[in-house]
Parts: sequence; C-alpha cells; structure tokens
Amino acid sequence: MAIKRESGRSLTEIRPMMAKVGVIPNADGSAIFAFGDTVAIAAVYGPRQLHPQHMQDPSTGILRCNYDLLSFSVSDRKKPGPSRRSQEISKVTEWALSPVVDLEGFPNTVIDVQIYILQADAGTRTAGINAASLALAHAGIPMKNLVCSISVGKLDKDLVVDVDKAEEDFKGGEGPTDFPIAKIANTDEYTLLQLDGKIQPEVVKKILKLADKACEEIYEVQKKALKEVVQ
Amino acid sequence: MAMSTSNLTIETLNKMFAEGKRFDGRGLLDHRKLEVSFEVSNKAEGSARVKLGKTEVVAGVKLALGTPYPDSPDKGNLVVSSDFLPLASPRFELGPPKFDAIELPRLVDRAIRESHMIELDKLVVTPKEKVWTVYIDLYPINDDGNLIDAATIAAIAALKTAKVPGIDKDGLVDYDTHKVALPISKETAPISFTFFKLGNSIILDPTREEEEACEAKVVWGISKWNKQHMINSCQKGKRTVFTRAELEKMMDLLPEKFDELNDKLKKFL
Repeated sequence: MAIKRESGRSLTEIRPMMAKVGVIPNADGSAIFAFGDTVAIAAVYGPRQLHPQHMQDPSTGILRCNYDLLSFSVSDRKKPGPSRRSQEISKVTEWALSPVVDLEGFPNTVIDVQIYILQADAGTRTAGINAASLALAHAGIPMKNLVCSISVGKLDKDLVVDVDKAEEDFKGGEGPTDFPIAKIANTDEYTLLQLDGKIQPEVVKKILKLADKACEEIYEVQKKALKEVVQ
Repeated sequence: MAMSTSNLTIETLNKMFAEGKRFDGRGLLDHRKLEVSFEVSNKAEGSARVKLGKTEVVAGVKLALGTPYPDSPDKGNLVVSSDFLPLASPRFELGPPKFDAIELPRLVDRAIRESHMIELDKLVVTPKEKVWTVYIDLYPINDDGNLIDAATIAAIAALKTAKVPGIDKDGLVDYDTHKVALPISKETAPISFTFFKLGNSIILDPTREEEEACEAKVVWGISKWNKQHMINSCQKGKRTVFTRAELEKMMDLLPEKFDELNDKLKKFL
C-alpha cells in the first residue's frame, strides 16, 4: 500500500512550477524558479575580470556560485552570512552547472552566479540550480544544454518525486531519504548527486530513472520561460 | 592557481587506467594496505589511527554534557569536525578551512548519522535538559589521497572503543572514570567508498597524485541495516559528469566492496 502524500500529489507529481527569466535588470542574466512554496532567485554577473589576479586562469574562464537562504525564508530566522551548509551547497551547485558551460572563450574571467532562496519548503538547492541554469542561458553564456534538477525521496519504502518539507521530516519504517539530483537535459549524464538517508543500492537505480522523467518536465518549463523572455 | 598535476602525468595515468594498471601495481578497485590501531590518546573517550597506504588519519571521540537540540529533545548530539593541519601536507595551510576541510567532516557526519550507528536516544541524562554530545574530531596526519574514506574508518573505529565517562555527585563529568561502552549498534557501521573518474576509468582509493588527476568523484556511505546493504550518504564532486551506466555499476559493486572491506576491518576491531 503506497503512502498518501499530505499535499494530495501523486507519487511522481512535481509541485506546481513557476519559472521567469529576466527578473533582475542589473544582472547580465537572471531568473526565478519555484517548486510550490520553494522559491529561488538567481543572477549571473560576467564574464568579468577575476580578482584577485592570482586566481585567474589563462586557459579558461571560471564559474563561481554562491547559494544562501534569505534570513526570513525559513521558520527559525537564519543568521545572515555563509554557513558550512551554504558553502557546501554553493560548491555542489558550481559542480552541477560547470559541465554545461563553455568558458574557454573567456580567459582570465569569472562568471558569478548568485542564488538566494526567498522562501524555503525543501528542495532549495534543486530550485536554485534550475534558476541558475536559466540565468546562465539568459546571460548568453555558451552552454551545451540546460541543467535540470529535482529531489527524489524515499519515505519508508515508497519513492516520491519532489520532496516537500513535511515529507523531509517523515518518520517511521526505513525513514526519509532525500536524494537531490541534477542532470544535463536529455542525456544520461548526472552533475549533482547528494543523498541522506537509508536506501538500497538497487533502489538508487530506480530513483535515477524517476529523476529522468521529472527532469524532462522541468526542461519544458525552463524552455518555455526562456522563449517568453525572447518574445 | 593551486599546485596541480602535470598534463603528462594525467595523460599517463589516463592511459594506464584504461589498461587497468596503476603505478603501484594495484587493480583499479583495490585498496591499499589497511592498518587500524587504537589509543592515540588516553584522554579521549575513544580514539583510533587508520593507515591506508601512506595516508594516515587519527580520530578521537570526546563526550561532553550539553543541552539537546530543539528538534531532537530526547537524543544526544553528534558533532563531527576536522582540521587539515599543515603537519600533514605541504598543501595545507593555517587559517580558515578550505572546502575540502569543510566537506570531509560533513560527509563522515552524514554516513554515521544516517546509518544510526550511534544510539543517540540512549545518550540522554535528563530528558529535554541534559544530554551527551559526542564529538568526533578527525585529523589527517599524512595526506596521500582518499582522506574521506580513511577518516570514516577512523571515526567508526574510535566509536567502537569509546566509553561514556561518569558523572559526579555535582552533575559534572568525571573524565577519570569510564563505566559503560558508548551505546552503538552491533550490526551497523558505515564505510565510505569514493569512486574517482579519469577519462572513462573509475578507481577506488587513489593516492594524492591519482586523486589530483581525476576529473570527478562521488562519495558513498554504506552500511548494513536489517541484513540489507543501505546507502546512507552520497555526494558527487568536481566538474565532470557521471553517466547512468557508471552509477549503476557502482550500485552493483558497492555491496561486495563493503563486505570485503568490512571483513578486513573486523580483524582489527
């Protein structure tokens, strides 16, 4: 007997998505992306000269990501400033996006991606990656493809797509497992894998397939948002 | 730019890995010689030293009384930290931690926490008020690659020998008396396996030189729970992708690799 989701969603149903490109006029590229009540906003600045100079790479530009929560995006006010969690998410976001950007044409430069969570209801890093991917495309950075990201969870033995906060705090059975994934759209190449919980190796294989399906849906939402800004 | 491996070394390693060879003669998925010893410090509640080839990590467990976190009022606390001392490598410098030194304790923490190896609910002194905090501190002594996997083994070895100190009549910790063993699961203890990728090859337990040459890595924490292999933690790193086929192969390899290394570990514990 499969569990019933509190939100009434089917096991593979993503929360309503919202994507909008060009939301920060100052930025070279920007976007907002939401999974239900989780809302991420991203801005891209660059390519621009990288300082300090010793960090410059004459063979390529570099991508630098910064992720954080706004103080009032969560129930217990988040103390402003970077935490170990936000530093880790910044880094895995950078790794998730790097494989699609081609920065060889911009030696010695940096492309800064700034991602902030306006409202958090689980899945903030995945929403952030989807927003950042759109913002990079909007900035006209040479990209192989978009990156799509989703969190798949296991609640006891059931697999659910797009875990929300209530589900993240699930108790009982094999407990909750949260598995945020990012991949290059329309490929079988994964750029983000992170996991917390208790899950059989065979089930990991199933989760990758579920993520593929969800990412196809996300990709359509992202493409639509990019077309709307062009028009 | 940081010190980096020469292109020539990377090309050579890439070619050798493609032929299933390594500089030190190991197979691509073989570990270096593992040694585990104990009692690094008799002031710690438990401690261990792990060597994987030339990589060496020491782990110490300290217990202190504290207040429970609001979201887990009936559980003890777990805090995992690490410091990459300049003692262990010319690459390490004093100062605020670099990303590697932030990532390592977070991954060891997740593997241990999610496996439920430590029975945190048995570390309550006064419910909602006073609980034990278990500190696991991890220090590389010599970095020759694969620090996360070595540190995870050191952490679980230290936990297995850890004892809970007594509490005196004033409610203070008496570090001179250790009465009971730290409550840990008999069945479950996580091991970490980090797969590294160069070209189309996947390797385990790289030396520092191999690790620097690799283009992607993915760390898996795995344990046994209710007689099943369970993955407890995972994190992909670096700027290159893993394909589905590569990840599926890891899922097939992990249970047998876990059993193999777990058997080796049992000899020490």
